[in-house]
Amino acid sequence: MNGLHDIGGMHGFGPILRDEHEALFPEHWECRAFALLIAVIASGALSMDEARDGVERMDPLLYLRTIHAGESYYWRWLCATEILLERKGIVTAAERHNSRPGAGNVPAGLALSCLKAEDVPERVARRGSARLGMGAPAQFSVGDRVQARNLHPEGHTRLPRYVRGRTGRIERDHGVFSFPDTSAAGLGPKPQHLYLVRFEAAELWGGEPGPGAVLVDLWDDYLEPSDERDT
Amino acid sequence: MSGDFKDPREPGPALRVKALEELLSAKGIIDPAALDVLVDTYETKVGPHIGARVTARAWVDRDFRQRLLEDGAQAIGEMGFGGMQGEDLMFLPNEPGVHNMIVCTLCSCYPWAVLGLPPTWYKSAPYRSRAVSDPRGVLREFGVDLGNDVEVRVWDSTAELRYVVLPERPAGTEGWSQDRLAAIVTRDALIGTGLIRAPDGAGAPAP
Repeated sequence: MNGLHDIGGMHGFGPILRDEHEALFPEHWECRAFALLIAVIASGALSMDEARDGVERMDPLLYLRTIHAGESYYWRWLCATEILLERKGIVTAAERHNSRPGAGNVPAGLALSCLKAEDVPERVARRGSARLGMGAPAQFSVGDRVQARNLHPEGHTRLPRYVRGRTGRIERDHGVFSFPDTSAAGLGPKPQHLYLVRFEAAELWGGEPGPGAVLVDLWDDYLEPSDERDT
Repeated sequence: MSGDFKDPREPGPALRVKALEELLSAKGIIDPAALDVLVDTYETKVGPHIGARVTARAWVDRDFRQRLLEDGAQAIGEMGFGGMQGEDLMFLPNEPGVHNMIVCTLCSCYPWAVLGLPPTWYKSAPYRSRAVSDPRGVLREFGVDLGNDVEVRVWDSTAELRYVVLPERPAGTEGWSQDRLAAIVTRDALIGTGLIRAPDGAGAPAP
């Protein structure tokens, strides 16, 4: 969705404010909101793609406050958790307002496994690539010139606005990954190749002084061949 | 302003998190004790000291550096590191004429397994908006002034790959131990918003 989260290339947010002594979680609720979403994802109730989609669907004014007006970052996690658990029927708005479980229980068909305290170290240290162990035809090869499609989906996407319609080059084929646009919508992983695509700074922004490039990971469905000649 | 404006911050976050936590616990979906362990993990165990140790080893061990650049997750696994938000990891070597920096313009993706949880500025609008379009200006705010002959590569983390900058080893650190080298590696250097300089008197024998 063309939401407030997609801010690459925007102006007007002022200087980068750094606090080298900031606490990881200034307020207690922030550490609970952080761990709660991690635990809910670990239970299998939500995926990372859904979590990002949830953040994008929170109140836009509150989102803006969390990226620019000093409200806690963890508002994003809290709102996403509320929105998604409600969407899935796991915790309804009425249950939240009453702080009491309703008559209905967890929807049937959700096989959830509660992350126990003793299993946290293993879960945090668990390795294993997000690559899917399956083949899919690759539309592109390293070195190909590609154009990012001019797409404006209303749902979740990881195609930033600043690359849409722009031409770049495939730098690397990362292999086959789940496609966030369908995964976040509950429409399955739609496995496809993910590429590292290099866009020259001048192609994206015009006259950037000095050489530069932005490298973005993009899926097959975001790309089409470019007939633009090499420069 | 409209009289029926509803502040999305009501009720406050502390009450809302508590309500969710209690409901999910009652439904058997989360274990509150697991939340305690998760918080402790990122407050005390996983942080930028990991990236500093990996960098120091890459500076002194050429074979390790090679493996790190080929498969970051596999290589840091040799040192007992790795895991959540570091499952697919690429290290980006700075070299003369090439400077790398990382950002997530769409959210806050960050290599937790190597750097811990990100600082607030990394997740905030000024950095996320300008890192891709004006990296030299952003770097100047961090006190890094790159000449216009240096190529700046900005890596926008839009997928599950996580990127980490591998800084250049500063001159004057020849013969240093990995521990001593790790002590001068900064988090910002691994994000690409800082350079590593040997402290004054570098090159002197270790105390």
